[in-house]
Amino acid sequence: MSVQPAPMNRAGAAGQFAAGSLALLLVIGIMAGIARLPWGFADPALRFVGNHPILDAFLKAFIVVNFIAIHVLLLIWWERKYAGWMQVRLGPMHVGWKGLAQTAADAVKLLTKEDIIPTKADRPLFLIAPFLVFIPTILTFMVLPFSLTWVGYDYPLAALYVIAVSTVTAIGIMSAGWGGNNKYSLLGGVRAVAQLLSYEIPMVIVVLAMVAVTGTMSMTELVTQQDGLWNIIKQAPVAIPGFLIFLVCALAELNRAPFDLPEAESELVSGFHTEYSGMRFAFFFLAEFANNFFSAGFAVILFLGGWLGPAILPPALWFAIKTVVVITLMMSIRWTLPRLRIDQMMGFCWKLLVPASLVVFCIAAFWAIR
Amino acid sequence: MAVTTTEITSKGMTVNLGPQHPSTHGVLRLIVDLDGEIVRSCRPVIGYLHRGLEKMFEVRPYRQNVPFTDRLDYLASLNNNLAISQAIERIGGLAVPERAQYIRVLLCELNRIASHLVFLGTFATDVGATTVFLYAFRERERVLDLLESMTGARLTYNWIRAGGVPSDLPEGFGVRTRAFFRDFHPALSDNDRLLTGNRIFRARCEGIGVISRHLAISYAASGPVARGSGIDFDLRRAAPYEVYDRLEFDVPVLPEGDVMARYRVRIEEMRQSVRICGQCLKWLDENPGSEIMTKIPKVFKPPAGEAYSRTESPRGELSFFMVSDGTPNPVRVHIRAPSFVHLSLLPEMLKGVKIADAIAILGSLDTVLGEVDR
Repeated sequence: MSVQPAPMNRAGAAGQFAAGSLALLLVIGIMAGIARLPWGFADPALRFVGNHPILDAFLKAFIVVNFIAIHVLLLIWWERKYAGWMQVRLGPMHVGWKGLAQTAADAVKLLTKEDIIPTKADRPLFLIAPFLVFIPTILTFMVLPFSLTWVGYDYPLAALYVIAVSTVTAIGIMSAGWGGNNKYSLLGGVRAVAQLLSYEIPMVIVVLAMVAVTGTMSMTELVTQQDGLWNIIKQAPVAIPGFLIFLVCALAELNRAPFDLPEAESELVSGFHTEYSGMRFAFFFLAEFANNFFSAGFAVILFLGGWLGPAILPPALWFAIKTVVVITLMMSIRWTLPRLRIDQMMGFCWKLLVPASLVVFCIAAFWAIR
Repeated sequence: MAVTTTEITSKGMTVNLGPQHPSTHGVLRLIVDLDGEIVRSCRPVIGYLHRGLEKMFEVRPYRQNVPFTDRLDYLASLNNNLAISQAIERIGGLAVPERAQYIRVLLCELNRIASHLVFLGTFATDVGATTVFLYAFRERERVLDLLESMTGARLTYNWIRAGGVPSDLPEGFGVRTRAFFRDFHPALSDNDRLLTGNRIFRARCEGIGVISRHLAISYAASGPVARGSGIDFDLRRAAPYEVYDRLEFDVPVLPEGDVMARYRVRIEEMRQSVRICGQCLKWLDENPGSEIMTKIPKVFKPPAGEAYSRTESPRGELSFFMVSDGTPNPVRVHIRAPSFVHLSLLPEMLKGVKIADAIAILGSLDTVLGEVDR
């Protein structure tokens, strides 16, 4: 009758954590390695594609969409493993090595599920909502530079463009909340829109403060300026409070704990996507994690030196590593903190974050003319 | 310029929280009238788990009723066993050996810890801290392992019987229990740092769902709900049963009456339960004996009369009322379930709160639907 439980194996969990991070880095490394191969035989073809405006745009869009789909699989696996590590459990273990293929299996499952549309749903809104949420995500990725050359479109006004485009998500979420004709969905949609629009303000002000001190809105130039010293040190009086505000706003924009009210499971079942199933649901999920990567990547570009790093690793890999570190920070916050109430969350934004971001903007003005 | 004004009218929204909602603890249905995010009124609908237990008690001999009580408050079934056993002992005039009384108290307090740990985990999930749930269940797992080594079951123990307990502690039980307590204190401190002191958690819990002292008394609240409202009342001390009058423990009482007070009372009760268990283990080690069960005739016919037993279950005052007419079966059994009493407080408390608070308040009452519906 031996029922004495074995002591929790902390060392095992730490080992898994290390193995998991290594696996993630390995996959990114292989991707980066492939990109550095001498593709001599493909050169003429690539040059033709690169010079052809439509083919070039098509190729880049193809790469971006596939990157979103594939990196989200890895991110979800990573979040599950990381949450498991925090919660003294294993996370997915059965499909693939250490459960690496679990998310792929889940995606296949979602693809084969019935696409249920409630009878009393507002059909057009219900059908279009996942795409309204997903398309802005693709658009933002188009200007996200992984390195000086690895960028879909090096837009000079990228920072402004990103802010403008990502707000469209709110329309998609609202139409999802309304279209499902479910009271919980509606409450979740209303919460999400209120939250997105409120937290957009301090975020924009902080981004503009960074634009003011650096004098550019181009993502690539933001990074090349940080050669030698990252913004968070170089522009410390603006960048350190700015980074913190940006991170909090990003958490709120991404509907992550402690701001996960729109999908607060214990209150609203599943929030605005309660009525969605199958691939439509997967699109919301995809957009959520892709937005997470983008927000973290944007923070890395603004504050943490983008792809810059010692030459032992390729630039794109440096960018990916930094972004994953920021995402992991967000995950730690998510799995630690309780959830705020709606009025507390709005109060926190309007009474604290907005004034704080304005102060940061004032500091930026003085810092810029120093 | 012509100005047209349009009267904007809004009508409230009625939603069903439950019976299949992620945060109703069991099959409880709340019909909630909402005005935006604000709860205007709430009507609890119960009965989804009604099994007619009180009626079933009337057609079975006394001692065969004990297993049913496991299914009342399934998170603390030993406490239910104890309550009905006491009622049977009282009606039949049975004396319980001293050693059995200590074992009973030990088991009940361990079960109280397990029950409060479930509260801790589910309540933390209700306010959004999902990780605490797994930490609480990790500790609970060890309590369940201890109880399993004693009783063979992990949830419905059916171990405390009328007249005593069926067997003595298994070998090494004291050592394993003490080893658990050594790890349990740091775990509780960890929880204090992770959850109790957290600013968001405090913002969600302090000043929410206040039950005034007057309201608590007028609804006959008991247990942690009453003690969180400043009522210094614990049946283990007010009307001692078993050997509680020989044990040293404090009764935590907080005057605030809010969600936080109820939460903190339960956390402190776990610490006190550890103290009680330690004393019981010490006594059991120092006083070895073998008498743990009173002799009861095969056909147990108590004299005509009635008996009432009051015990402090993890949820509050759990009482059994029994009437005997001298036949082998009871004529009438009534269960005074604390969860039922506390659930009736809910409509009063939910008026005008935010829907997120409603979930936190429901969680803080720690109701078990098996006990409400019986």
